[in-house]
Parts: sequence; C-alpha cells; structure tokens
Amino acid sequence: MTSLSTTFYKLLCVIRKELLVTLKDPKIRFILLLPVIVQGMLFGYTASFNLDRVPYALLDQSHSSYSADFIARLEGSGIFQRVFTLSSTAQIAPAIDSGDVIAVVTVNQDFANQITAGTAAPVQVITDGRNPTTSGIAAGYISSIASAYSTELRGTPPAIEVVNRTWYNPNLITRWMFLPSLIPMLALTQVMMLAGLSVAREREQGTFDQLLVTPLQPYEILIAKAIPPMIIGTIQATLVLLLTIFWFGITPVGSIGTLYLTIFIFLLSSVGVGLSVSAISDSMQQVMVYCFVILLPMLLLSGLSTPIQNMPEVLQYATYINPMRFAVESVRRIYLEGAGLNLIAINYIPMLIVASITLPLAATLFRKKLS
Amino acid sequence: MSFRRLRALIYKECLQLTRDPSSFFIGLVIPALLIFLIGFGMSMDVTHIPTAVVLEDSSPTARSVVSFMNESPYFSPRYVTSMQEAKELMDERRAEAILRIPGDFSARLSEGRGKVQLITYGVDTTIANATTTYVQNGIARWQQSYLSGTAINGAPAIAGASSSATLSATPPIVPGSVTVDSRQWFNDANTSTWMFIPGLIVIVMTLVGVFLTALVMAREWERGTLESLFVTPMHASEIVFAKIIPYFGVAMIGFFICLLSARYVYEVPIEGSIFLILFASVEYVLVAIGMGLTISSVLKNQFLSCQLALLVSLLPTIMLSGFIFDLRSVPTAVNVISHLMPATYYMDLLKSLFLAGNNPVIIYKNCAILAGYASLFIGLSLLVTRKRLD
Amino acid sequence: MSVSEMPLVTVQELHKCFPHPVTGDTVVALEALNITVAPGELVALIGPDGAGKTTCMRILCGLLRADGGHAVIDGIDVSADPQAVQNRVGYMPQKFGLYEDLSVQENLNLYADLHALPDDVREQRFQRLLAMTGLDPFTDRPAGKLSGGMKQKLGLACTLLSAPKLIILDEPTVGVDPLSRRELWDILQQLAHDDNLSILVSTAYMDEASLCHKVYILHEGKLLAQGSPEAITKKADGACYLVTPPPHVPARLLQAALIDDAPHVIDAVPQGGAVRFISRTSDVSQLAVYAHFPDLVPQATPPTLEDAFMMILKEHSQPQAEASHFVIDYTSTASSEDAPVDVEVKDVMRKFGDFIAVNHVSFSVHRGEIFGLLGPNGAGKSTTFRMLCGLLPASSGALSVLGYDLRRARAKARAGLGYVAQKFSLYGTLTVEENLEFFAGAYGLSPHAAKERIEEILHQFDLDTHRYEPAGELPGGYKQRLSMAAALLHKPGLLFLDEPTSGIDPLARRIFWRQITALAAAGTTVIITTHFMEEAEYCDRILIQDRGCMVALGTPAEIRRRAGNPPSMNEAFINIVEQKRNNPVTTAANNRATPPKGGSSS
Repeated sequence: MTSLSTTFYKLLCVIRKELLVTLKDPKIRFILLLPVIVQGMLFGYTASFNLDRVPYALLDQSHSSYSADFIARLEGSGIFQRVFTLSSTAQIAPAIDSGDVIAVVTVNQDFANQITAGTAAPVQVITDGRNPTTSGIAAGYISSIASAYSTELRGTPPAIEVVNRTWYNPNLITRWMFLPSLIPMLALTQVMMLAGLSVAREREQGTFDQLLVTPLQPYEILIAKAIPPMIIGTIQATLVLLLTIFWFGITPVGSIGTLYLTIFIFLLSSVGVGLSVSAISDSMQQVMVYCFVILLPMLLLSGLSTPIQNMPEVLQYATYINPMRFAVESVRRIYLEGAGLNLIAINYIPMLIVASITLPLAATLFRKKLS
Repeated sequence: MSFRRLRALIYKECLQLTRDPSSFFIGLVIPALLIFLIGFGMSMDVTHIPTAVVLEDSSPTARSVVSFMNESPYFSPRYVTSMQEAKELMDERRAEAILRIPGDFSARLSEGRGKVQLITYGVDTTIANATTTYVQNGIARWQQSYLSGTAINGAPAIAGASSSATLSATPPIVPGSVTVDSRQWFNDANTSTWMFIPGLIVIVMTLVGVFLTALVMAREWERGTLESLFVTPMHASEIVFAKIIPYFGVAMIGFFICLLSARYVYEVPIEGSIFLILFASVEYVLVAIGMGLTISSVLKNQFLSCQLALLVSLLPTIMLSGFIFDLRSVPTAVNVISHLMPATYYMDLLKSLFLAGNNPVIIYKNCAILAGYASLFIGLSLLVTRKRLD
Repeated sequence: MSVSEMPLVTVQELHKCFPHPVTGDTVVALEALNITVAPGELVALIGPDGAGKTTCMRILCGLLRADGGHAVIDGIDVSADPQAVQNRVGYMPQKFGLYEDLSVQENLNLYADLHALPDDVREQRFQRLLAMTGLDPFTDRPAGKLSGGMKQKLGLACTLLSAPKLIILDEPTVGVDPLSRRELWDILQQLAHDDNLSILVSTAYMDEASLCHKVYILHEGKLLAQGSPEAITKKADGACYLVTPPPHVPARLLQAALIDDAPHVIDAVPQGGAVRFISRTSDVSQLAVYAHFPDLVPQATPPTLEDAFMMILKEHSQPQAEASHFVIDYTSTASSEDAPVDVEVKDVMRKFGDFIAVNHVSFSVHRGEIFGLLGPNGAGKSTTFRMLCGLLPASSGALSVLGYDLRRARAKARAGLGYVAQKFSLYGTLTVEENLEFFAGAYGLSPHAAKERIEEILHQFDLDTHRYEPAGELPGGYKQRLSMAAALLHKPGLLFLDEPTSGIDPLARRIFWRQITALAAAGTTVIITTHFMEEAEYCDRILIQDRGCMVALGTPAEIRRRAGNPPSMNEAFINIVEQKRNNPVTTAANNRATPPKGGSSS
C-alpha cells in the first residue's frame, strides 16, 4: 500500500517537473495557446464549402419582364451578388479570367419569346473551373432556382417530388462538420511534437543522465513523459470545444464524457507516436522534421478536408493505421449524430493498437539507445 | 559584400545540407510524399456513394425510378426491404444515404404527385451535397422520360450526359421552362486534382522556404556557431545571402519535382507561360526564405521558430490561401486576413497560369505584390541579422 | 618581450549594465574598467564568476555595445567601426562555434576564405598551424568527433589563420586536460614571442595566469589589481606557510580545520602531502587549529600567484560563512582498508564497435574514501563513470555498487547513489526549489520528508536566498552548489562527481572541497574526476587512466613518488602519462599485475 502511494507520488513529481519545464517559458505558453485559438477562429470561418456569397456577372440580352423576374429570383436569395453587369459576350472572358466572379449568367435575346412559345428557354451559365467545387455548387444553385421558376411559370408541381432530409446537419453546414474535427486536429500537432521533444531536449541539454541515475524505472519515466503532453492536448481540445459551443453556437448532441474518452485514447496514440519519434532521433531538429513527415499524411489521410471514400482503395486501407482518421470520425459522430459508445467503440480499436505498439516500442528504443 | 566570402559560406551550407538527413527529408522526401498523397489521396470528386435503397413499393415503375443508380459510377446502391435495416447500415457507416420509395409511390405518381424520400448523412457535408445533386438529377431525368412517355424502363444514366460539369447536369427539358446550360471553363476534366496541384506547389515552397530556413538559422544561434564567425571580416548581409542561396536551390528542386509530376503524372494542363510560373515561384521562394530567416533571427530558438513558422506560414497556406476553400465565399474579415498572406497571391497566380492562361491583370498585380513582399521580408531579415549579441 | 610605446589595446573607463533576467533590475557587469595590451604582450583576465571577463571581451570584439567609456584597438574605436576591428582581431569564444558536421580541414577552409587568404599563404599557414596544434593526422575527421582539447586547438587554429595582431581567448582551457593545456600554452607563448602577437586571455587556472606578462584581476565588474604576475604575487609575501599534518591525518582534514579558522587564515589548500595556508597575521601561534593538532610546525614558504589572488579577492568580498553548515570532526580518521567495500570493479571492459573505451580496469573503493579518477581527454574516465552509475552496461567484467550487482539490481543501486554530471544538468528554467522538489520526489522521499530535507539542504548550501530563482540564471558557483544539493537530497552513501569544478573559480572550489571533506568524514564515499590535478591532493587514492587502460593507482604520495617527486601534482600527472605513452608494453604488464587495491609502487 505504502509502496503504491510512493510510486504514485514519485510519478506525480516527475509529471509536475515535465509540466513546469514545458510551461515555464511564457513564450512557449503563448505558442501553445494562441495558435489553437487563432486557428479555431479562422478555420471556423474559412473552412466552408457552403456558398453564402456567389459573386457573379450578368449579361442580360433579353431585357424582358421574364428576364427581370428570373434575375430577381436569382438575386433575391441573397447568395448571388452581382459584381459586373456586362453588355456584350466579348466581356465574358475577361470577367471570368479576372477571378472576381465564380459564374457568368447570360440570358439570351429570345428568352422571353421562347418562354411564351412554350419551348425551352436556356440560360447560359459559365463557371470558373479553377475551383471546381465551388463552381459546381454555384451552377447547382442556379439550376434549382431555374427549375423553381419553371414550376412557377407552368403552375403545376413536378410529377415526382424528392423530399430531402439530412440527418444530423439539416442545413448541411460545412462548419458543423469541420469544427468538431478540429478538436482532435489542433491538439495533435503540438502534442506529438511536445512528446517528441521532451526526451530530445533532455538529451541536448544534458539533463537526461541526471534523470536516469535516479531510481526511477524506465517505464515510470515513460509514463511521466507521456502524461504532460496529454494534459496539454486535453486543454487545447477543451479550448476548441468551448469555441465551437459558445462562439460558433454548435452544441454537441452526444455525451461529453464519450467525447473526452475519444480524445484521451487519440492523444494516447499520438503521444506514443511522438515518443517513438524521439527515441529514434538524435537532435531536436530531427524530432521536428520527422514529426512533420508523419503529421502530413496523418492530416491528409484523416478525412478532415476531403472524404476518405474519395481516395483510391490502397490509400483507404492505409488510413486504417491512422489514429487521426478514427478520431475525426468518432468526434464528428459523437458531436453531430450523438453516437454512443456502442457505435464508437469499434473506432477505439485501431487507435489503441497504435498506442499499444508505439508506447512499448518507445520504451524498447530508449533502452537500446542507452546501451 | 565579397564574392569569395559568400562562396565559402554557401559551400559550408551545402556541406551541412548533405550531411544532415533531416534537411534532405524536408527538401525531397516531403515534396514527393505530398505529391503522392495530395495528388492521389485528396479529391472532392465524390463517387461510389454507398446508398441504401428502400423499395417499399416493389412495382416495376418504382424499380425503374431508382434504376439510374445501378449503372452510375456515382452510386453503389444496396437494396434493403425496411427503413430499420437502412438505418442500421447508416449507423454502421456502411451507407451514406437512404433513398426510400414509399409503398404508395406508384399510386400517387399516377395522380401526378409521386414522392420519394432521400435521407443524407450530414456529418460529411461534401458527400451529402453531392448525393443530393446526383439523386435529384437522376430522378429528374427519369421524370423527363416518364412525362414524354418513353423509356420507362432503363432511364439514361446521368453520367456521360454532359461532357462538362456533372454536378450541374442538364435538368429535364420541359416545354415552357427555363433551363440552365452550364459550362465550366478551365477544368475540362472537372477534377479537383487540377485545383490541388498548383496548391501543392505553394505548400512545398512554403515548407522548404519558411520551415527549413527557420530551423537551420535558429540552430546556428542556438549552437553558438555565429559568435566566432562574427569576429571575421564577414558582413551580416553575407550570412543572410549565404542562407538564401542554397535553400533557394533546395526549394527549386522541390518546385521542379512538383512541376514535372503535375505535367506528366497528373496531366494538369499548363495554359500560361512556363516562364511566368518560374518567375512567380522565384519571387515566392524569396518571400518564404525571408520570412524564415526573420523569424529565426528574432527568436533564436529552434522549437519556437518551428512553431511560429508553422503558425504563420504553413497552416494559413493550407487553410487561407484558397487551396481548399474558396476565398470568394468567406466572411470579409477572414478575406482581409487571407489577403495579408503572400501565399494567397502566389496561389492565385499559379492557378491562373496553370489552368486559365496568361491574364495580364492577374499577373501584373500578383507579381508586383509578391515582389513587394519579397523585398519586405528579405529586407527585414537583413535588418534583424546583426553582428551583435545584445 | 618587446613592448613598444603605443599599446595595441586601450580600454578606458568602460561601463556596461544588463537587466537582471528575473527581476529586471540593473546589474552592473563592468564598472570603470581600464586595460592596456601592448604589442606582443600576453595578458590574462582573471576573476571569479560574474566578474565581467566575457562581457569585456565581447565589447572589445564589437559584439556588445558599451554603455560608457572607450575601447580602442589598433587605433580604431570599437563602437565607431566594429567591422574594422573584427577584420583585425581573432576571437575565440568560450564555446568556439566549430561546425561539428564539417571536417577539420573544412572548418579551416571556411575561416581561410572568410579572411580572404591568398592561395600560396593559406597552404603555408595550414601546414604551420596543423603542425603546431598536432592536428595534421586528423584533417578529415568531423570536428564533432574530436576530443575536448583537440576542439579547442582547432578553434585556436581557426582564430590564428588570418595572422591577426591581437587574439582574444575566452577561457580556452575549460574542460581540457593538463597535457593539452600545456601544449596550448606553449603555442600561445611561442606566438607572443616569435610573432609579436598580442594575446588577451581569460582563465580560471592561476598557473596559466602566471605564464602571462600582465594580469588583471576582476571582481563584480571592478578591477581589483593589475601588474605582472611577480608584482601581484609579492602581495602575499611573508603570509604563506606550509604545514605537515600529523601521521594518519589526511591533509584535507587539516586544510578544513585551517580554512574554517577565518579570523586567522585567509586560504588553505593541500599540497604535496602538506597543507599550504595564508595567514592573516605574521604570528602563526594564534591559529585555532592547535586545539585539534597541537604539534603542528608551520613553515614559511614563498607565495604563488594563487595565494595573492585569494588574498586580494578575500579583501574585497564579504566573509563566506558556508563552511560552518558542514560540521567536521577534524580528528576523525581516514577510511581504512578494513572499511567495507562500496564499489568493486573487476576486470571491466567496454567497447564501442571496434573501439575499446575502457580496457580491463579493476579497482575498489572503501566506505568514506575519496577516490579520484584522472586522465587526459578520451582516457575512458567518463565511460568508467557512466558504467558505475548504471548508465551504460559493461561489455565484460563485473561491477558492483553498494553491494548490488549492476547487471541485476540497477535501480536498487541507484537509490543509494548521488550523481553530479560534468556540465550543469538540472532544469535551467525551473527554480532552485522546484528542481529540489523534483529530485526529492524522484528519489522517493515522502512529501513531508522532502519538505524538511529541502529546507535543511537549502540552508546547508546557502541557497535560501536563491530559492525562487531559475537554476539556469544562477552564477556558476551556485549552479554547482545546487547540483550538489540535488545529488545529496536522499543522503546517498556514495557520491559520483564528474568534473564538478570545471570552469569554477578558486573561491567556489574551496567551498566545494570543504563540503566534500565534511561528507567523507561523515562516512560518504566519494568518486570524483577532475582536470585540476592539485585537487587530487584531497583524495585518499587516485586512479590515472589513459587510452582506456589503467596507468597508475595509489595514494597521491605514491603517485608523486612514482613520477619522481615533481613539485606539483600537475607535473606528476604529465610525467606518468608520458612515461606510459613512451613505453606502453611494460606499463600494460604492470597494470595486470597491480592488485585491485593498494599501491602502484611495483
């Protein structure tokens, strides 16, 4: 009993030391907190595939009441904002080239005649393919406005109505999908580097030997090195969570407890990777570079910005060893879907496997390096 | 400034580059890795959406309505008999959407009030949006054939119907209605890879320029190698230029790797002048190296320099430069911030030069701004690198 | 020595202040400093930590701006045109910035190009400097793989490449072994004499300072004394005595008794089996030491520069009271061979690849003994040390510490030992108290016990007033005390000290050894490495290693005898190592025959 409490107190002392060493420098505290908040804010606003504003150019050759009606409906949505009003087709190319508009809408001369004649009245839309995602969405918006207008003109509803419902994110707001994924992502970068650097720094500053001659067991040192980055990561994750809830007003549907359990397991695996990196590196510079080499694929193959399903099959299999992938998926589901442990637990398995490989690996590598 | 001293310092820098594997990693391995991952891995083009189709109405008409999914590359339909089953598939993440044809569909359709229900999974909005568009188009196409009384069975698949934008495939032509004839310029293949590759070049240049130079300069300050160098005839400007030139070379190697793979692996067209692409890249590398040197000379610490370099360069380059997210649709404040980032202008230039061609307005404006940033940051790095210890 | 009329360096009324890193208060680094260096003159700056030596040198090189006063070098005002000065002087900072991943030749090429040496001149200079520094066999070796002494010599070679009129060297011999130190100083003297080079050098070794033409003693930014070493030494004339301890009393106990008698004694050090001390008065019959050792016969002896230096410093600094916290029973007897064995090393070998770092070394250390490990850079001392601390396993042989076999019970052995690493290796950003709290916890002290012990040890080492200061900002001597305090928190029976006095001034070294003497008298076993050979006089026995092998093992008296009784331990050391190097076969055979303990007089 006493030996257990002594061990516990010993660990506590080492963890406290690690935290002090990391957080003592105000510049480091700053670099651990500010980026999280700034990035949370910026990405919260930027990371959107929702087009709230479509700058466009209009070439109205019809000048009829029909074309005015159509344009009124287009602009009435508040999304389409006219930047240029063109007077000839020759102006279309420069307008698109300038990059100031996403689309150019041309209403033909015989637009009104075609409508009254009961034939199809095409509206020409030219979009800027330099960003195919947004131009596709913009063209889609115009199409649906056109068909709504057609229905109105005809006075009869379509034969088949598609009743569309989106679960968990009824308005399909991209921010809802992004912000929860930032909770693990923003923590990951620095947690991995902190874990990686903690040993390299001790080695470069010569304090590692002093630590090793204490009666602390290697596993105790490892635990003590793993916990502080996890604490810092949890704080960072909490900051993003608070930002998401109170600034962006997106409340989590699922249980906060499950959310934190997921973050904990994710951080455990990231710290394991970080410590393994530090065990193979000789200097702080190497740690930073190798962490970076690992971080990039972790982020790109996480499904954070592009769906995993769009990737080639080989890469989809590669994502199975990426703890970030499962963290993003789990956090999104808990947050938006309210998914409980029964649905999420399966995602913990790959993360726990990564942790259970990297942590003992780090310990073994340390021991090897020492001898 | 003496050419001979500069040459000696550059030679020293090159020797160090060849002896440290981590510099090699940043210069060559990371660009190659990024090209592979971004080129093959990142795509906004949604295909093979696993969809649970609940046919509560098993009439031939109902089957015919959903038949567009069978041949479409955009869907991988899976027919189930109950909503319960469909919901389970969704929960297990084996279905991204549920298309339900209610039991009374045929009956109502004959009255002209047919209804189908589409449920999408809003947690991934990219897929959900694409699904909605694809389904609406597919049904509309069927409806068109239905109304014109032909081809009840085997509605044409939407794929291939339009040579350009698939997302905005031609809606049904109903007499007396407004139709949209949509064309997309600059991206004939309609693939997001074309959009990502120019962005990839920006990321690689930022990485080598800011991250690597910040690290190597901070290392000199941390290890104290500069103190003895200072008490020689060497000028402070020489140490700055001796860092700029070799890392400029490393960045350009990364650039050519990206350029060649863009052209020959991903077959991205290069509509504009290759000379202008090169010129803009030279400008941007100078901006990036200037930033890296300034950061490290001010902080003189590897960890802080690396973190700050990431904060001010790489993350904004990915998130704020228009790499993934269109700057034309972000709030004004964010737009202003993103236009403070040099990467935004370089990204704009590259996308235009690759996909659109030589547009003098874009070229002059962005080249001028980049030149301004380059002189600002190189000037700053010269200003903060002093032969002084206080 | 050819001193012309015009000095090459003139420093007038130099002032410099810094903000304190913690409190932000203004700290005076230099105050009204005046210095001159003539052409061809070898000038030493000496003084305790924080005296302002490095600041002065950096101002002279134009790396720092002075707050007041003038520094003129070769007719150029440094503050007006630092570049012109930097073109003309060579500067070797405390840590010379060699590029460790470049080879010796590549480092030299870089500096030759920076100084724009013409091709014909450079080959000639390379050859001369490489020959002078003995680096010619190693031109292809990366600088990072050189030994400490070789690195310093390469730094010196880079500094000398441009054939400057003046070179400025900041503590060039810290961490360098006596052999390399002697070689380095031979080079400096030769340069001053043959090339009429002016040299300004700072050092913590008084024997080095006494080789110079002129010495400046600095203390807390103020100039305390200046003049030729002979003139300064005269200040201690008639105050120095030698006294031989009674039989079976280690010299260090008598030295401790003398130095504790602050009212009568200014300084005391063991020397050649006796104790050298400086008396405050000419009457030595009043010494308190007679109470313990009534039969002492002090004999007057000529002073040295170190005596004068200690006298001058003690006049200007507040009386140090530290020693009183470590009470010693002066009459306690030295460790005997009957005492239990705490450390047993049997035929230990350690290889790194093909390289044999430690070659069949055997010795044992008894409880309460002070055991010194000496040897040139690269002799295998650090490897031996690391093996004893359980940081490195041995390739073959047996090591036992405090009765535990290090192969099996490393953690148990560690719990009973304290370790002070070569360079300051506590957490620089943490405060003194936080560092101690951490190590108390790591050594398994309970929260309550830790609290009491920390108070006790803070008091013992006089660190109370510094407890909230970050350890990294402490002056050198205090850093060293903190390292000791951290290593002693858990009251270890065995203390390992790896070059604890490297770069530490003589004042701080006296305090340090006073603590060690007290610890040994109380039964702590101490194993220590040092580059100050005179410190071997504090040891009960010493082991000299060279190139991985044992060269000599025995008491200081035995070692001196074997070296032919030279006047100083420094020379004894050099003699023995050179003897061995010139005649490797017989000495190697000797080693095998040497029993693990006892003398080496065979």
